[in-house]
Amino acid sequence: MPETVFAPWSDPDARPLIRFQNVTKRFGDFTAIHDLTLDIFEREFFALLGPSGCGKTTLMRMLAGFETPTSGRIELAGKDIVPVPPNKRAVNMMFQSYALFPHLSVWDNIAFGLRRDNMAKDAIDRRVDEMLKLTRLGRFARRKPHQISGGQRQRVALARSLAKAPKLLLLDEPLGALDAKLRQDTQFELMDIQEKTGTTFVIVTHDQEEAMTVASRIAVMDQGEVIQIATPDKIYEEPESVYVADFIGDVNLIEGRASAHGEGRFRIDWAEGQQPLIAASRLEFAAGQQCHLAIRPEKIAISAERPSDADNAVQGRVHDIAYLGNLSTYHVELPTGAIVKAQTANTRRISRRDFTWEDPVWLSWTATAGVLLAN
Amino acid sequence: MRRLVLIAVPYLWLLALFLVPFAIVLKISLSDTALSIPPYAPTLDFSAGWEGIRSFFAELDFDNFVWLTQDDLYWKAYLSSLSIALVSTAITLLVGYPIAYGMARAPEEWRPTLMMLVILPFWTSFLIRVYAWMGILSSEGFLNQLLLWVGIVDEPLTILNTNTAVYIGIVYTYLPFMILPIYAALDRLDGSLIEAAEDLGCSRLTAFWLVTIPLSRNGIVAGCFLVFIPALGEFVIPSLLGGSGTLMIGKVLWEEFFSNRDWPVASAVAVVLLLILVIPIVLFQRNQQKQAEADQ
Repeated sequence: MPETVFAPWSDPDARPLIRFQNVTKRFGDFTAIHDLTLDIFEREFFALLGPSGCGKTTLMRMLAGFETPTSGRIELAGKDIVPVPPNKRAVNMMFQSYALFPHLSVWDNIAFGLRRDNMAKDAIDRRVDEMLKLTRLGRFARRKPHQISGGQRQRVALARSLAKAPKLLLLDEPLGALDAKLRQDTQFELMDIQEKTGTTFVIVTHDQEEAMTVASRIAVMDQGEVIQIATPDKIYEEPESVYVADFIGDVNLIEGRASAHGEGRFRIDWAEGQQPLIAASRLEFAAGQQCHLAIRPEKIAISAERPSDADNAVQGRVHDIAYLGNLSTYHVELPTGAIVKAQTANTRRISRRDFTWEDPVWLSWTATAGVLLAN
Repeated sequence: MRRLVLIAVPYLWLLALFLVPFAIVLKISLSDTALSIPPYAPTLDFSAGWEGIRSFFAELDFDNFVWLTQDDLYWKAYLSSLSIALVSTAITLLVGYPIAYGMARAPEEWRPTLMMLVILPFWTSFLIRVYAWMGILSSEGFLNQLLLWVGIVDEPLTILNTNTAVYIGIVYTYLPFMILPIYAALDRLDGSLIEAAEDLGCSRLTAFWLVTIPLSRNGIVAGCFLVFIPALGEFVIPSLLGGSGTLMIGKVLWEEFFSNRDWPVASAVAVVLLLILVIPIVLFQRNQQKQAEADQ
């Protein structure tokens, strides 16, 4: 790997591999994609993330050539690919159902695309063997798809779509059919393969954890529009909207009215009779402007005594404890009736847990722990 | 005990409705014609005791089968039946596949209606439908009237009482048996497989050839056997739509039986026909079994 950080999206001179320009797709009265503009760079592992029906699959099918946009332009390496049929695009897709040909062996499935290119027989042999090695499928080459496990089928589908060395590989919910443990292993395998082959991957998923794990950048979509595109850490730590903050991970949203409180700091009046909260923000808020403070549960500390040096501290009562093994999430009920979640790592054995149900506790966090959002 | 009864039912059925009648036909085929009722000899006479049974078996012989090889009418009729059955199966496949494909690709809400339309002809008698074709194909029939009126032909075409009419009749009658298994196979076909083939560089046509056809193969094979097997022994269609030149074994069998009243030769013809049919029937069974295994 190069020493420099891989971030072509922040380089103004970098040319994107894929460029969506004002793309709109309608099915009858239904607008699946609305005026979408998006750049994806070479060697990226780009995730399209959103709830079902947000248009992410339509976007991917337009890249593969199975749907044509109602208006707008899609460029691949600078060329408009809208009129190019799917079989003429240097784009391959791994289908959600894997779509392995049931009448062909694993070997023939992988060779299928190569044969269409009229490649020499020994070149096909070499390429298929390479793919079998990459996906560790050598032992299963002669088996039919119904004779191998789900995880192996998933790898056959990946090998088949990679065999033609496409400029762009599309993955439609590739791990959806695998169980949780296998899914985790496969995520890392996907990343390794992506790094080894240097192919640009675009993955469609509704699983935010999966997107966070594998992607170099994530586009969070909702109702046919891209809400935010950023690296996983930015999406998590610096969401630009309540929607993104809420969609990714667990979050406490506290609604209030902002007013300036020194340089880059704001005071949030959030409840009658409660001390205002303090939060840092680069954004400007007018006095009295409605705002949301989004704060992740793991950034809230929980203690028995009021901490003396915290920017923000509120008192409450433990309402519920969710024990996750490595973590515990405390649901703390504030005097206003609101529930705030605070998470702590279980570094001690559970028998020595400090708090239990109905205990009065203090929640505290720093001014920079949360994100202040206007909408 | 219950299991034994369950297994016994189909075997008893087979025994009563196939093996016993077949044994009788086989016995008649080994007999000689006689001017009596029934018109063959010998008949088994238990009253004569052991001696009677001995003489009964002594009189059975293969003369009728030898006769089938001596008169070239018979093997010509078998061959002609085979070729008519093969050609009409091929035509039925060519006509039936696109219909089944269209049905499988039709919008979901249309499919029950289309299925209904395919099955609908079975609601009227087969014989009436064949007679209706006589009305359509005769020289004063609807088809010729239409062709004359449009001006495609100057004088009526002779279609009725030719092999062409037999082909039309067989294709028409057995088309649903071709369409339904192919439709069943195509209906189960996952659409994403076609997309995957296109994604990997196939044109629409090659995707059809490399994915759709192989995956509907079992339906095609089942449909072909379901048409070929009954078409081979077909009697009604060639005798009503065919002419004097149409030679089919079913017709020969009928004439031996009812015109010549030569039951033994007719039975011999039937036994040989059954032996010919056993081959495709066994192949058909194997195809069905393979499909059942693939579905698991």
